[in-house]
Amino acid sequence: MWARAGMIGIALYCLVPFYWMVVSSFRRTADIHDKSPLPAPWSLESYEAVFAADLGFGQSLLNSLIVAGVTTAVTLLVGTLAAYALARLDFRGKNVVLALVIAVSMFPGALLIVPLLELFTAIGWINTYQAMIVPSMSFALPLTIWNLTAFFRQLPYDLEQAAMIDGCTAFAAFRRVLLPLAAPGIFTTAILAFIATWNEFIIAVTMINDQARQPATVRIAQFTGAAKFDTPFGTQMAAGVLVTLPLVLLVLFFQRRIVAGLTAGALK
Amino acid sequence: MTPRSSRWAAAALLSPTLLVLALVVFYPLVAAMRESFYESGQRLDADGFVVEGEWFAGLANYAGVVQQRFLNAAFNTTLFTVVTVSLEVVLGVAMALVMRRAFRGRALLRASILIPWAVPTAVAGLMWKWIFQADGVANALLGTEILWTADGPWAKLAVIVADTWKTAPFVGLLVLAGLQIIPAEVYEAAKVDGATPWQTFWRVTLPLVKPALLVAVLFRLMDALRIFDLPYVLVGPRKQSVETLSGLIWDEATRVHYGPASAYGTALFCYIAVIAFVFVKLLGADLLSDVRARRREGSARVG
Repeated sequence: MWARAGMIGIALYCLVPFYWMVVSSFRRTADIHDKSPLPAPWSLESYEAVFAADLGFGQSLLNSLIVAGVTTAVTLLVGTLAAYALARLDFRGKNVVLALVIAVSMFPGALLIVPLLELFTAIGWINTYQAMIVPSMSFALPLTIWNLTAFFRQLPYDLEQAAMIDGCTAFAAFRRVLLPLAAPGIFTTAILAFIATWNEFIIAVTMINDQARQPATVRIAQFTGAAKFDTPFGTQMAAGVLVTLPLVLLVLFFQRRIVAGLTAGALK
Repeated sequence: MTPRSSRWAAAALLSPTLLVLALVVFYPLVAAMRESFYESGQRLDADGFVVEGEWFAGLANYAGVVQQRFLNAAFNTTLFTVVTVSLEVVLGVAMALVMRRAFRGRALLRASILIPWAVPTAVAGLMWKWIFQADGVANALLGTEILWTADGPWAKLAVIVADTWKTAPFVGLLVLAGLQIIPAEVYEAAKVDGATPWQTFWRVTLPLVKPALLVAVLFRLMDALRIFDLPYVLVGPRKQSVETLSGLIWDEATRVHYGPASAYGTALFCYIAVIAFVFVKLLGADLLSDVRARRREGSARVG
C-alpha cells in the first residue's frame, strides 16, 4: 500500500513542475497567469511567438543539433579506440590513464573559460561552432571512455581470440567481431554524450555572443519581451518544451539503455 | 599479441584521446595557473611611456580571494553543495527503496524519474523561475507573497529546491542500481532473525548499498561545486545571494579581468581537488573497513 503511495509521490515529484511548464506553454498570453490545471482555452500562441523570425529560435535549435551531433560523433570515434585499449590491452600505466580520464570529468568548466577565451579570440574562433565543439569534448570524452570501457569489459574475450586464430588481424577482429557486439553500448553512450552536450551552457554563453550561432539553451535564457523589462514567460515555456522534447523522446524510447549506461558509467 | 606490440597498439589507440585532453584540459589548466600570476593591460614604464602587454604580478590577483565577493561566492557554493547533496541522498535513497518494490508501472516510474535529469539545466532554471514568480503557482499554492527570484535569502532556497528537483532522481537511480545487486538471501536471513524493517534498513541495506551511494555522492559533490547555469538563469548573473564561484569566475572573465578570473579558477580547482582527495581517502578507508568487517563477521559466523 505505502509502496504504491510512494510510487505516486515520486512520479508527482518528478513530473508536476515539468507539467506546469507544458501547461503554461499552451495558455494564451492574456491568461498566462491563470492557475487552472488545464489551459482554457488551449492556444498555440506561445509556439507561434517562439518561431517569430526575430527570435532566431529555429536557428538556435539547429545550432544545438550541429554542436551536440558533431561532438558526439567525434567523441565516439576517439573514445571507442581508447576504451578498446583500456578494456582489452595490457600495458603499463593503464590505471594512470583511467584515473586521468575520471579526474578530467570532474574538472570545473569555469576554469577552462579564461584560457580558451583568450586562445579562441587569438585564432578567430569566437562565434564559431568549433568554439563550442572542442571544449565540449572535455566532458563528453571522459564520459564516453568510461562507459565504453565498462561495456567492452563485459563482452567475452574468446570471440576476438577465435577470430584472430582464424586469421583476422587484431584490427579486423575489433571491427568485424567486437564492434557489432558493442553496438548497443556505443549507441547508449552516444545518447548520453549527446544529452550532456545538448545541455552545455557555460562555454556557449562565454564564447558565443552572436545570436545566429547561439545554441538553444543560451538563446532561450536571453529571450526578451515586447516591453523591455517584461519577461515573456509564455514564449520561454514553449521554447523550454521544444528544447526538452528531443531529450524526453530519447528517454522514453531508450529508458532501459539509458539507465544501464548511467549506472555503468558511475558504478563500475 | 606480444607485450611489445600491445604497448604500441595501446599508445596508438590512446594518443587521439590524450591529444584532445591535452588540448582542452591540460593546456587551459596550465595556462590559467600561469595567467593567475600575471596582469595585463597598459602601464607606464620607467621613462613614462605607455606600454601595453602583460607582466608578472605575483600574488596580486589572489588578493581578491580574501575579499568579500569571493568569500561570499565560496560560501554560496559550499552551502548549495552541502544542502543539495544531503537532500539528494535522503530523497534518492527513499526513492530507490520505493522503486525496488515497484513491479507494476515500473517502466512508467523509470521514465518519469528520468525527466528531471533530461531537462537541460538552463530550461529547469527558467521553469522554476516561472513557478517562483511573485504571482506564480508556488506562491498561490503556499498562500504566500514571497519574492523568490529577486536577490535575497529566498533566492538561495529557490536554487536549492530547483537543484534538488533536478538531481535527486539521478541519485535515486544510482542507489537503485546498487540495491539490485544485494542478494535476496540476505533479506531472508534478516527476516528469519526477526529484524524489524528499520533494523533491516540500517544494518543490512545501508551498509551493503554504501559503496554505490558513496560513488553517487562523489559525482554529485564534484558537480555541485561547479554549479553555474541554474543560479545564472533562475536568479541572474551578479546576484550576491546566489553567486557561486563558477559564476564569479565567469563574470570576471567576461569583463576581461583575466588575471583575477584565473586566480579564482585556480582556487576553485584546488577546492574541488581537495574535497575529492579527502572524500576518496575516506571512501577508500571506508570501503576497506567495510570489507574487513564483513570478513570478520563471516569468520565469526563460521566459528
